[in-house]
Amino acid sequence: MSEKAPAIQLRGISKHFGKVAAISDVSFTVNRGEILSVLGENGSGKTTLMNMISGIYFPDSGQISVEGKEVSIRSPKDAFDLNIGMIHQHFKLIDVFSAAENIVLGIADEQYDLKAAKDKIRSTCDKYGFVIEADKKVYQMSVSEKQTVEIVKVLYRGASILILDEPTAVLTPQETRQLFKVLRNMRDDGKTVIIITHKLHEVLELSDRVAVLRKGEYIGTIETSQANESILTEMMVGKKVVLNIERSEPENPEDRLIVENINCLGRDGRRILSEVSFCARSGEILGIAGISGSGQRELLEAIAGLQKVESGKIVYINPQTGGIDNLRDKTPVQIRALGVRLSFVPEDRLGMGLVGSMDIIDNMMLRSYKKGKSVFLQKKEPRNLAQRIINELEVVTPDVKTPVSRLSGGNVQKVLVGREISSSPTVLMAAYPVRGLDINSSYIIYNLLNRQKKNGVAVIFVGEDLDVLIELCDRIMVISSGRISGILDGRTSSKEDIGLLMTKEQRGGAV
Amino acid sequence: MKNRETMHEPLIRISKKDSMQWYKSWAVRTAAIALALILCAFVIILLTGYSPIEVYKAVFAGSFGSERKVWLTFQKVAMLLCISLAVTPAFKMRFWNIGAEGQVLAGALATSACMIYLGSKLPPAALIPIMAAASIAAGLIWCFIPAFFKANFKTNETLFTLMMNYVAVQAVAYCIILWENPKGSNSVGIINPSSHFGWLPSLFNQKYLLNILIVFSVTVAMYIYLKYSKHGYEISVVGESENTAKYIGINVKKVILRTAALSGAICGLAGFLLVSGTDHTISTTTAGGQGFTAIIVSWLAKFNPIVMMLTSFLLIFLERGAGEIATVFRLNQSISEILSGIILFFIIGSEFFINYTVSFRKKNHKEGKK
Repeated sequence: MSEKAPAIQLRGISKHFGKVAAISDVSFTVNRGEILSVLGENGSGKTTLMNMISGIYFPDSGQISVEGKEVSIRSPKDAFDLNIGMIHQHFKLIDVFSAAENIVLGIADEQYDLKAAKDKIRSTCDKYGFVIEADKKVYQMSVSEKQTVEIVKVLYRGASILILDEPTAVLTPQETRQLFKVLRNMRDDGKTVIIITHKLHEVLELSDRVAVLRKGEYIGTIETSQANESILTEMMVGKKVVLNIERSEPENPEDRLIVENINCLGRDGRRILSEVSFCARSGEILGIAGISGSGQRELLEAIAGLQKVESGKIVYINPQTGGIDNLRDKTPVQIRALGVRLSFVPEDRLGMGLVGSMDIIDNMMLRSYKKGKSVFLQKKEPRNLAQRIINELEVVTPDVKTPVSRLSGGNVQKVLVGREISSSPTVLMAAYPVRGLDINSSYIIYNLLNRQKKNGVAVIFVGEDLDVLIELCDRIMVISSGRISGILDGRTSSKEDIGLLMTKEQRGGAV
Repeated sequence: MKNRETMHEPLIRISKKDSMQWYKSWAVRTAAIALALILCAFVIILLTGYSPIEVYKAVFAGSFGSERKVWLTFQKVAMLLCISLAVTPAFKMRFWNIGAEGQVLAGALATSACMIYLGSKLPPAALIPIMAAASIAAGLIWCFIPAFFKANFKTNETLFTLMMNYVAVQAVAYCIILWENPKGSNSVGIINPSSHFGWLPSLFNQKYLLNILIVFSVTVAMYIYLKYSKHGYEISVVGESENTAKYIGINVKKVILRTAALSGAICGLAGFLLVSGTDHTISTTTAGGQGFTAIIVSWLAKFNPIVMMLTSFLLIFLERGAGEIATVFRLNQSISEILSGIILFFIIGSEFFINYTVSFRKKNHKEGKK
């Protein structure tokens, strides 16, 4: 195996969406038998670029060569014919099929022989160290198992070049380590692995070389052995960034919100929260960690009055009067009528927190439009608020009349967080507030949360990046399959501690 | 495997466009109509041998040929517009009310009943308001029933409102037999033909003027309601995202019921105007399919009541023109429907070119060889 032979060469690739250049004039080479990280902030064009290699998009201009030959990849099938396989961030599996059925699905020129297929799957798994149950149905699988199925599916079709889009976003630290081991085995077998990511420590741990994109442009490729976090960040962001999140000591924390033994059922009638109890205190940030879908969403929605609670109590202690209110079974309007200043930045920004087709002013009005007796809308205050948020949080927008769905992810989030803290809350809940945001926007959000904490707000922060949780939060509560598996001190706990708690219930067999 | 030595680009690629300036998008629409007329001209020559210019003149004459025709055109525009205004708030809320037809009939039925049973007993000053109120109530109830089931039991409003149409048609059919006049005609005939009890009065000797003015004021009111009122804002939020509505504490159930009631009420009003102000009789075809045409009017205008004045005019203009050429040239009605179809196809198709760019394969790929 010649180590330096190019597997994929990109020359002058460009892609526009409307007027926006997603990728402009990108050229680089991926070598055979290496793990290459494509690093860049959200919105830098990593996924777009890889989608062009895997046949989802077609470049506006430029040339792709595979194994030294100029090719034209017009569909995912073309990509497969060239032995390129991509594992997308959102899995494309059929829930009611078993692992084996999903793997053989869509292979046309082969006899449907599930037994032979299973043998082949087993040998593939043994070769690289996967663990897979061929007969298990996809809907019974954990996220990491589904990911394994996706990878095996691609290998089964004989892919020699694998592209993985943010594969660790949904995994625990332990699962990530397992995945990395498998990927190294594949490299040692001569496969080419491209991994899209924005997490620096993963890049440094796993890859041989790193290609960096910034705002659709190719910045350069460096050997991982010569890189460190600050070099990579500078390449990614274009300037030096201080990567420390400040964390002040909580000042006179008081109990603000006490949740006692709440139980909730999900839409399908399954129990989604069991006996959840915790206390959020003023002047501190309480982090919530867990594999996505472990009940974080339902927990916040239960507190906000959007999710029916079967049993238990949600007690709010009013800081002015010291009065005690039970928020359970109250609608958002009733909660506000009690004088509870509860703000909520939901996970689904454009599907819940904001209305995408409406402009910034109308979105500001969501919280306040009912004020006053007039049957007509009062636009003056929301317009001022919109202008203030644009100025203070540096929202990049043509004007206040632009529909928020046209803004970039970071700016959408600034609008939403800005509106939620404008009502000077006493409790602020934020679910994945930095998901999809670039480094600078993320730090703006962290600072906003910290400022709220200093103002004595009880902040509840649901996060996915454990490094951030450990740096930002005073206490970290870990949720696993709808149960609280532990509450740790943010100053003393390690990622591994949290990771173990994240899967605790599953290991012991969920009840 | 296939020959991959040379670069093959797909022949046609489609990509989303940024928003267009308003004058450019109107230029595209005008061009679409011009192209449609040219294509129609070929169709006319090929299928009939008549001069397209003469045919187009006849189309124009269909709407504007005489003073009477002009009034009739505006009357028809007003009625279609009224029903379109009715479905608009519901559609904006993503409540697919395809039962306007039945709601109009329910209103028409209430009006007719009032004219027949109360016509001679009450003075016009009392009769007309009672008729209006009864028909509005009837339309409202007809739409409220499906909305109630949707809000409480999550039934499908599309099917429900559609089925309510058939119920309304059968109810009218029953009443026609009940009110048959003269016996054996299988129709109700003109109600109160000599006394004119319950007939909407003429303004300035124009039979339809009052209808037109009423619909015009409803149009303006609906525009203001949707754009500037708190209710209108709630309709938009519920329509765009029910989750957002719940999140900010809008009572979604209440908004659905209220908006559906409004939608039905305006349909009821349309039924009142059709019977009391226009036909002075009732039949199962009083609504005449306008409950469905109204959906096209509303969508074409993107739920903007002011633009709906234009789109409803366009549809009526085409319909009346089609009727005219059918009689003048003794053509089968189908040819005019083909022409209307072509024109509508181009107008709707032009929206695609306003929202998307189509690029063709470049002859020689310069970029690739840079």
